[in-house]
Amino acid sequence: MCGIVGLFLKTERFQPRLGELTASMLHEMRDRGPDSAGFAIYDRGQAGMTRITVLAEGQRPDWGRTAADLETVLDAEVSVRPIRDHAVLETAGDGGRARQWLIDNSPEVDVLSYGSQIEIYKAVGDPDLVAINYDLRSRSGTHALAHTRMATESAVTTNGSHPFATGANTCLVHNGSLSNYNWLRTRLERQGEIFQTENDSEVAAGYLAWRLREGDSIKEALERALVGLDGFFTFAIGIEDGFAILRDPIACKPAIVAETDDWVAMSSEYRAITHLPDSSHATVWEPAPGVIYTWARAA
Amino acid sequence: MGPGCVSAPDPVTTIDLAETSLRDLNQKLHQAERGSFRVLNPRGAHAVACGIDADISVEIHGSVGYYCAGMHQKGSVYVDGNASTGLAENIMSGTVRISGSATMSAGATGHGGLVVIEGNAGARCGISMKGVDIVVGGNVGHMSAFMAQAGNLVVLGDAGSDLGDSIYEANLYVRGEVASLGADAICKDMRPEHVRTLAGLLEAAGMEADPNDFRRYGTARGLYNFHIDDVNAEVARRAG
Repeated sequence: MCGIVGLFLKTERFQPRLGELTASMLHEMRDRGPDSAGFAIYDRGQAGMTRITVLAEGQRPDWGRTAADLETVLDAEVSVRPIRDHAVLETAGDGGRARQWLIDNSPEVDVLSYGSQIEIYKAVGDPDLVAINYDLRSRSGTHALAHTRMATESAVTTNGSHPFATGANTCLVHNGSLSNYNWLRTRLERQGEIFQTENDSEVAAGYLAWRLREGDSIKEALERALVGLDGFFTFAIGIEDGFAILRDPIACKPAIVAETDDWVAMSSEYRAITHLPDSSHATVWEPAPGVIYTWARAA
Repeated sequence: MGPGCVSAPDPVTTIDLAETSLRDLNQKLHQAERGSFRVLNPRGAHAVACGIDADISVEIHGSVGYYCAGMHQKGSVYVDGNASTGLAENIMSGTVRISGSATMSAGATGHGGLVVIEGNAGARCGISMKGVDIVVGGNVGHMSAFMAQAGNLVVLGDAGSDLGDSIYEANLYVRGEVASLGADAICKDMRPEHVRTLAGLLEAAGMEADPNDFRRYGTARGLYNFHIDDVNAEVARRAG
């Protein structure tokens, strides 16, 4: 089943409350996925700095040592902000290089995201507890995605949890299942994508990261995804300054969108939207099958 | 009550879902034999007013989640708002009406009664309908009336792709454009009895439209039997 939510703030009005609003949406989707949960938070970040969110599940690794190793590799300072079994590493160095080095050299570490604006957290267990443990409510920012997972075809593990990110500042949450992901993963690996799980949704994230790296706009990347990805999907996608929604042309997986002057919210179910400010005056609609919806922040 | 007395209208019972659990609401509706109910703050809850089996009237103020008024019989349910997946699924009789739009599979597998959607309906509206009448003021999504068996689907707007795919019987009346017809669905003549039926449905739904502006779609009955041509093709293939 799985539940997905996305919240894109069009104005600054609710930015201090982004985490709290996202947590309320996540809470409503708990029934759809009580096994595990995750969320991505986008904020404005700090110019010239890249954050790398890393996870060492069930461990308390020596993040100071990891940072020191990375400093040598990147030839730049790396600071560490640990939060339970996650840590956010911040550097002026090359985030993509850092991701690759960590994947190649630190098998106990999963790299959940990298980029100037994104942080991703995920864990098994009650989605409300995941929100509490990783302090979602206190976060401010511009947009967020979250996911509650009901595992149907693979084990309940943290690294099977969404959101998935392989490229800078790009991530997605997925409700559905892809059927051509194995073949696609091999193809993307030849294009230089690096994957960390056996999950189909990670391949979709890699597909978009690849297209964006090749210079596609998010709309162009999703137009290609409609042809390249075979299977069932409702996606909510975050990029640096934007938000997108796409459903496959058969559209078995649910989605509802609501929009006001201040925000756009997307969810598997309408009830996740009812707690948002002014939701009773929002324009509400079901995204059409195979239609790409995008929002971008005004420059 | 003495002769000549007029029975007083039933008082309206108000149930606020911000204070009452969904289970309590549905239990109250199942226990009632008559009367009117007003439901407040549904906030997208699932299965609101499911399984009604009495001549009661329920008004829901706000949008509902999945399966609202599912398995409905006899009474009437009105939603002042939108509805999610499976509005009035498996309705047997009575009326379900919403002022807004419904997402997927509205009126699915309905055996009887009337479902009125004043806005749009999403994909697979009336899937496997078995006798229900569905009137949609706006558009319906793709694969509506998929495998429809009996009843009427009336669409005042447009229909998405693959309308009436693998339809057995049932009449589909569409005033606007049909993106495409599904397998074995065809456009059929509007005979006088169809105009009469449609006029009656529009009146029952309280929709103003001229029945002569609609086209009728239904089954070509081409999938009812196995085609002997297919056997010949198989024999030829095996003969190599």
